[in-house]
Amino acid sequence: MGFTIPGTFTFELWQARFSLLRGISATLLASGLTIVAATVMGVLLGTILAYGWWPLRLLARLYVDILRGIPVLVLILFTYYGLALFGINVPAFWAGVIALSAFATAHVAENLRGAVQSVPAGQMEAAKAIGLRFPQRLRYVVLPQAIRRMLPPWVNTGLEIVKGTTLLSVIGVVELLLSTQQIVARNYMIIDFYLVAGLLYLIINFSIAQLGAALERRFSYLRY
Amino acid sequence: MAEQILLRAEGVRKSFGALEVLKGIDLEVRQGQVVSLIGASGSGKTTFLRCVNMLEEHDAGDILLDGEPIGYRMDGSRRRRLSEAKVSAQRARIGMVFQSFNLFPHLTAEENVMLGLTKVLGKSKAEAREIAGHWLGKVGLEARRGHYPYQLSGGQQQRVAIARAVAMDPRLLLFDEVTSALDPELVAEVLGVMKALAESGMTMLVVSHEMLFVRDVSHHVVFMDEGKVAQSGAPSEVFDRPDSERLQKFLGRFHGIFSGGG
Ligand SMILES: Nc1ncnc2c1ncn2[C@@H]1O[C@H](COP(=O)(O)OP(=O)(O)OP(=O)(O)O)[C@@H](O)[C@H]1O
Ligand SMILES: [Mg+2]
Repeated sequence: MGFTIPGTFTFELWQARFSLLRGISATLLASGLTIVAATVMGVLLGTILAYGWWPLRLLARLYVDILRGIPVLVLILFTYYGLALFGINVPAFWAGVIALSAFATAHVAENLRGAVQSVPAGQMEAAKAIGLRFPQRLRYVVLPQAIRRMLPPWVNTGLEIVKGTTLLSVIGVVELLLSTQQIVARNYMIIDFYLVAGLLYLIINFSIAQLGAALERRFSYLRY
Repeated sequence: MAEQILLRAEGVRKSFGALEVLKGIDLEVRQGQVVSLIGASGSGKTTFLRCVNMLEEHDAGDILLDGEPIGYRMDGSRRRRLSEAKVSAQRARIGMVFQSFNLFPHLTAEENVMLGLTKVLGKSKAEAREIAGHWLGKVGLEARRGHYPYQLSGGQQQRVAIARAVAMDPRLLLFDEVTSALDPELVAEVLGVMKALAESGMTMLVVSHEMLFVRDVSHHVVFMDEGKVAQSGAPSEVFDRPDSERLQKFLGRFHGIFSGGG
């Protein structure tokens, strides 16, 4: 009924459907890309932190400590405007994804190091004793055991990333928050549409948390 | 005995920082023999076994397996450390069983045994499963092949660990106090498996405080004292004619055990 009457919530929501969808897609895409990139690079960097040749380890440690000490927003602004100063023009969306990934990589790396080092030393030794080479020891023995301890902080990082994508609005990426702001600027239904945005973020993050819980159950046979 | 020498250690030295733990170990293990290392806590038995399997790198001396130096190759007169791949290949020829079992907790008993067979020896899954079944049967655990380590008793876990090591068809098996972490009533089942292995002709280097077992299965007993071999010989020699006060004292601690037998 309200669909036809301007000024009602349902009408405005219907009017705003494409903006909202575009916003959600941008948020999901940025989050997804960042989670994948940060997981892959974080595992590599974390492996260096745990087992690397010491100069490499030192560099990795430096990276992790610096990146964890800088506010994400500063990283995003630096990546977008800073790189432009050097004549490197990165589209805002990609600058944001790069900055978020760089940040999340540091967190995943540190988590991985902790998880890997919590696997008893005897596991690595038993894996050596049957003749497995280093990458095989990691892949078949250490990482499968580390993963259970990695999951809770990894899910946390995922949630932080989704929330962190809101910062991309600052450099003009029309993700869910900025599209909501644009919608509100048209219809002045401030409370309603920020509630909608909040609810959508909640749904996304709730899904991630559920996925994490399911994975944890999947690995529950891992005990010591 | 004319059997070929499988493992030869010559002047093996190892220090941890300022602490010299191995002060020149000489030792031989012949094909098909069981050699036991005995000695007080801290005498370096574990450290020596770990050097043989390159879990530690020895500082000086040679450890030769089938005449081939372990962990390095000679380049003129210089020792060059072997690559990770070559070290791994050498380790695959030496099995090791640990005091704390160290089964892989995310894998079933069968998968624990299969891992090395498929990933190191390149066997097919089907073949590996068959070999794993064979060895789990030998250690009396055929029926538990699908169990995870946490579903097994300590004695059962250790028997799986033995199956995992021996399934790789190693030239030499190392045992480091494999019954020390077990409840007393579970010790016999593990020693039984080891004895059967010894009788099947497996070459074994064993660290143990189970003196009756050592005396029973060893061809050769080595008494280590403060990082050196203090006495070695046939079990009867070492146990009945200890030529040092320290060995007498060490054996004295086990006297209750021997009073019934020889
Ligand atoms: N990684 C290490 N770092 C420093 N010291 C070590 C290390 N490993 C062993 N040691 C020391 O080396 C000495 C010999 O240890 P080792 O474990 O070889 O003795 P052991 O004969 O096996 O004793 P036990 O019967 O108690 O097992 C001990 O004094 C021990 O503290
Ligand atoms: Mg020891």
